Amino acid sequence: MFPFTLEKAGSTQVAIAAAASGARYIAGGTTLVDLMRDEVERPERLIDINRLPLGDIRVEGEDLIIGALARMAEVAADENVKRLQPLIAESLIEGASPQLRNMASMGGNLLQRVRCPYFRMLDAGCNKRTPGSGCAAIEGLNAGHAILGTSDHCVATHPSDVAVALVALDATMRVQGPQGERSFPVEELFRLPGDTPDLEHTLLPGELIVEIRVPSGPHARSARYLKVRDRASYEFALVSAAAVLAIEDGVIREARIAAGGVGTRPWRLRACEAALGGRKPDRQAFEEAAQLATEGVRPLHHNAFKVVLLPRTIVRALEMAGEVA
Amino acid sequence: MKMNVIGKPLTRVDGRSKVTGKARYAADFNQPGQLYAVLVSATVGLGRLTGIESADVEGMSGVVALITHRNAPKLAYLPHKAVIDPAVGERLHVLQDDSVRFYGQPVAIIVADSIDHAERAAAAMRITYDARQPIVDHADQQVARIVPGTGTADRSRGDADAAVAEAAVKVDEVYDIARENHNPMEPHATIAAWHGDRLTLWSKSQFLMNEQAEIAAVFGLPVDNVEVICPFIGGAFGTSLRTWPHVTLAALAARHVGRPVKLVLTRKQMFFTTGHRPRSLQRVALGATPDGKITGVIHEGTGETSRYEQFTEALTAVTDYLYSCPNVRTQYRLAQLDTATPNHMRGPGEASGIFALESAVDELSYKLGVDPIELRRRNEPQIDEAENKPFSSRSLIQCYGLGAERFGWVRRTPEPRSMRDGRLLIGMGTATATYPAFHAPSSARVRLLADGTAEVEAAASDMGPGTYTSMTQVAAEFLGLQPEQVRFGLGTTDYPPTPSHGGSWTMASVGSAIRAACLEVQSQATRQAIADAGSPVFEASMEALEWVDGRLRRRGDASPGLSYQDILAKTGNPIEVDGSAQRDPETAEKYSMHSFGAVFAEVSVDPDVGTIRVRRLVGAYGIGRVVNPLLARSQCTGGMIGGIGMALMERTVLDVRDGRPVNAHMADYLMPVNLDTPKLEALFVDEVDPHVNPLGVKGLGEIALVGTAPAIANAVFHATGKRVRTLPIKIEDVLTA
Amino acid sequence: MAENSSEMHSSGPIVSRREALQATAGAVALAALPLQPAAATSSPAGVSSDIAVAMTVNGRAHTLIVDPRQSILDVLRETLDLPGTKKGCNQGACGACTILVDGKRIVSCLTLASMHDGADIQTIEGLENDGELHPLQAAFVEHEGLQCGFCTSGQIMSGLGCIAEGHVGSPEEIQFWMSGNICRCGAYPGIIAAVADVAERS
Repeated sequence: MFPFTLEKAGSTQVAIAAAASGARYIAGGTTLVDLMRDEVERPERLIDINRLPLGDIRVEGEDLIIGALARMAEVAADENVKRLQPLIAESLIEGASPQLRNMASMGGNLLQRVRCPYFRMLDAGCNKRTPGSGCAAIEGLNAGHAILGTSDHCVATHPSDVAVALVALDATMRVQGPQGERSFPVEELFRLPGDTPDLEHTLLPGELIVEIRVPSGPHARSARYLKVRDRASYEFALVSAAAVLAIEDGVIREARIAAGGVGTRPWRLRACEAALGGRKPDRQAFEEAAQLATEGVRPLHHNAFKVVLLPRTIVRALEMAGEVA
Repeated sequence: MKMNVIGKPLTRVDGRSKVTGKARYAADFNQPGQLYAVLVSATVGLGRLTGIESADVEGMSGVVALITHRNAPKLAYLPHKAVIDPAVGERLHVLQDDSVRFYGQPVAIIVADSIDHAERAAAAMRITYDARQPIVDHADQQVARIVPGTGTADRSRGDADAAVAEAAVKVDEVYDIARENHNPMEPHATIAAWHGDRLTLWSKSQFLMNEQAEIAAVFGLPVDNVEVICPFIGGAFGTSLRTWPHVTLAALAARHVGRPVKLVLTRKQMFFTTGHRPRSLQRVALGATPDGKITGVIHEGTGETSRYEQFTEALTAVTDYLYSCPNVRTQYRLAQLDTATPNHMRGPGEASGIFALESAVDELSYKLGVDPIELRRRNEPQIDEAENKPFSSRSLIQCYGLGAERFGWVRRTPEPRSMRDGRLLIGMGTATATYPAFHAPSSARVRLLADGTAEVEAAASDMGPGTYTSMTQVAAEFLGLQPEQVRFGLGTTDYPPTPSHGGSWTMASVGSAIRAACLEVQSQATRQAIADAGSPVFEASMEALEWVDGRLRRRGDASPGLSYQDILAKTGNPIEVDGSAQRDPETAEKYSMHSFGAVFAEVSVDPDVGTIRVRRLVGAYGIGRVVNPLLARSQCTGGMIGGIGMALMERTVLDVRDGRPVNAHMADYLMPVNLDTPKLEALFVDEVDPHVNPLGVKGLGEIALVGTAPAIANAVFHATGKRVRTLPIKIEDVLTA
Repeated sequence: MAENSSEMHSSGPIVSRREALQATAGAVALAALPLQPAAATSSPAGVSSDIAVAMTVNGRAHTLIVDPRQSILDVLRETLDLPGTKKGCNQGACGACTILVDGKRIVSCLTLASMHDGADIQTIEGLENDGELHPLQAAFVEHEGLQCGFCTSGQIMSGLGCIAEGHVGSPEEIQFWMSGNICRCGAYPGIIAAVADVAERS
């Protein structure tokens, strides 16, 4: 691990000032410490933000507000979360392990780095880690990689589960930075790799995620998260899908679908959603809509199975959501 | 023979030390003044080191030494081969020249005052290479298949090729099993400390005697100058049978810096130089009559090995004796690749070989329309037809009977895709398990103390099966003591030599030696009593006396008799005996000795997303005498869980461009987690085998894993109608089903 | 300990780490250290400034000067002579290093000691009470919840967390919530039984 100095932030202002002058935020550390140990990450200054008062989970009007420092486990166990947004709880407990969920913060979860093995190995080409060094995955072993949103420079998937749920739920996030405060959809946090895969998110220098806001709606309770993987737990998704259905009088009024494990960022599938509006929530409608998910896919040598698995995962997630509805 | 302690479900005698964290594994033996070593691993798959930038690193905070081939001492590397070393080839000599033979080969050691300093310096090393293209793909057509330099590569009886060609019903398929790594929870670790020319190693090893002898040979020392200590092993499954390069490097580093050095491999390095189950490619061809009599069997298998050693395993051996068939041909070849040498991994060649054979037999059962168990019944041999010898015992059909009943095989409908639970496809499959009942010469020491308790010692190991407990039971049994009166010690080369802790032969070998020593102790105690004028058995003949529950009395006498305490009170001295045992060569010549079992699997497959889950596993085994049913069941269910890994998860994936294992990470090399645990049942048929050894035990560490993978694969076919001939079976393999 | 721990940085190795580590017997060590408040940014880039942390381990107070890079796992094993907590992967992917920090189960390999000033830590070594095994320890022996024993410390600490969290309503629930601890020997049936047994009794 590269040496670093550690500062502890007593206030948000102090934290932002430190980050603006080059320090890296650290909360749970489950991603950062792991990558620092391999020297994939080599921050020289860390600012420990765990003591900032950003861990609350509360309800404002109809909206659920999740503090950025709330731990995954706390959010998943929170009664308001389970009552108002069960999809978030479900997607959270499908991620990582109980121990890691006790450690990892919500903000850190959204900002976690990719699981591409070549990203983790300093002796392999990776444009995300070392811009210009090439992408070893494109011609290498890429069964776990993305089929959507890839570029000739990077094909890594975004690994978060709860991000998929938040994107499906049209969640927004509030950030504070040296220039003040702003809010924007969680979906807009994530950049496509393009020719700058080292730039993963849209936060400005020094900006700190403060909270996540999840709007409520008639759909919120009819929502399920399906994670497909080779072992039953403690594994990243091959493909996952968050499906949200608002059904009125036997007809789908609104559908929200997002997928994980297939895209270079959590992948919202608006074409599938649109195809479901006004349809009866049956398997045929789900299958027809799900076929639209693979428009524009760019499969690699080893991950073509995801082109088959993605629509099937969506269909199943929709069926599961329909059973709740 | 009536047993009092053997056969009892004792909980582990070392359980308390394990649940309190007091059990000490290699890396837990921190030494005063100890430094930390970290290995630097090659980042090319083949080639030569051309440059090492060391100046910066040597000046880094806390760094005490940087050792490469440029400043490492020339080591003696005297000739040394143990039974677990490949017979052909020579072990990797580390830091002796500039060559790189495989990706991850150790090329430098950093020694520093803390782990963080050593790791930082290792990461800062800049090494340049003249790299060449390694060949690591077993299926690569450029790879030559060689005949192994030792062993019986090819066996044949009758004319298998003609029999298969002429058969009315045939199966002829190719099976591909991925490379696996043992991935025990405990990483390899060695702490080395020199006192003059004497070396102490606290080192993870399944074979202390060999680690001692090998390190002595490497450094050119008398064997007695090396002491190896390893009271606990955090799982090994074969990876600690050999003494790998890091042990030499820890000792070398400690000598270089003149202080004790601790070297623990990183999890990533556990994929480089500590052996692996070789990827295997196998062809099995079966011919049968329409009524299900197998008329011809061909089994051709190829395993991987390195360029510098020929690792061989019994890939095709089971095919020689599993079925009655006049025409059988087996062939074994090696593919030499630019990788490190593989080694034995739980159920080594048998587990791989039987996947191919038992998958093929299952395929044949569908072609014939004969129930898979019935097909095996119709082809059950009376003797080992390859050796033309009787089996010392063979309870396979009883295992199928017992297992089928407990599993509920009658509920299975034969047609693939015919069983469902809700929307899930259900499949039931079965397969045979078998493993040789090995035995190696061993010794053990028993010391009967004047207080009537006993100390038992052997340089054996306990990687998890419960050696501490089961050997305590053996000693208590043959001394007539309670288990609480016996203290069994293992894990140091100071104790009498034993063979390696592997191959399911620990109980047969070490247990038999302990039995022999106990019987001799008892005999000496008898003679002391007879010689004691004050004893009630004074001048009695040995034959007139008997031991009952640890007390000596005249036969038929109802008196309480003499305890050991009574007898030893005369001199106050302990009785100490070094006993040994080996298999009677005549019996070995006369019988074919193997364990057998039948494994049943029920799986569910999600017809939409292809998720495969094992719901139930039942294993019925004929393994001779069961010394401790609690531990035996646990070992079997653990082996079956290992089999789930082999069937559905485990593979070490190499990037053919440079030979790098891409998933050298505990999160990327999948092994079953708790939620993958199905309902598990391990059953033992009553089996008395008077021939294998005096204890009548056949071993079960390996057979517990053998057979599970084909049972699961056969169940997956039954569920989906899709035959997958590659392991592990992944979601994408059944998606199109 | 001061709340504003940014003041806890020392500006240089006034006391060598090794000396300080040897002086870990009690809280008195902290008072003896001539720590000088300094802005962390004054440290040259790429150089760790050792940090003082106080932590309670199994009820015993320790004050340590740590390299900011040190994990709690390494501090336990290499500094405090508490090797019962195991390093299985050092990657947060196996659970062998599970301990309780402030009552919650976490993986100690990914937890920096320098970030846990004031933490209350429980390890496997602290579970026995006057020579009596904790019920979960006893249950692991009774139900064969272990084989090689290397993952056992982590399994038991995780089991305590699992019970405290209330995720023990059924064997399946226990399986789900104990899946952060890999047991390569496959002693899972015994682990499930042990946790269920103790959960039922408590």
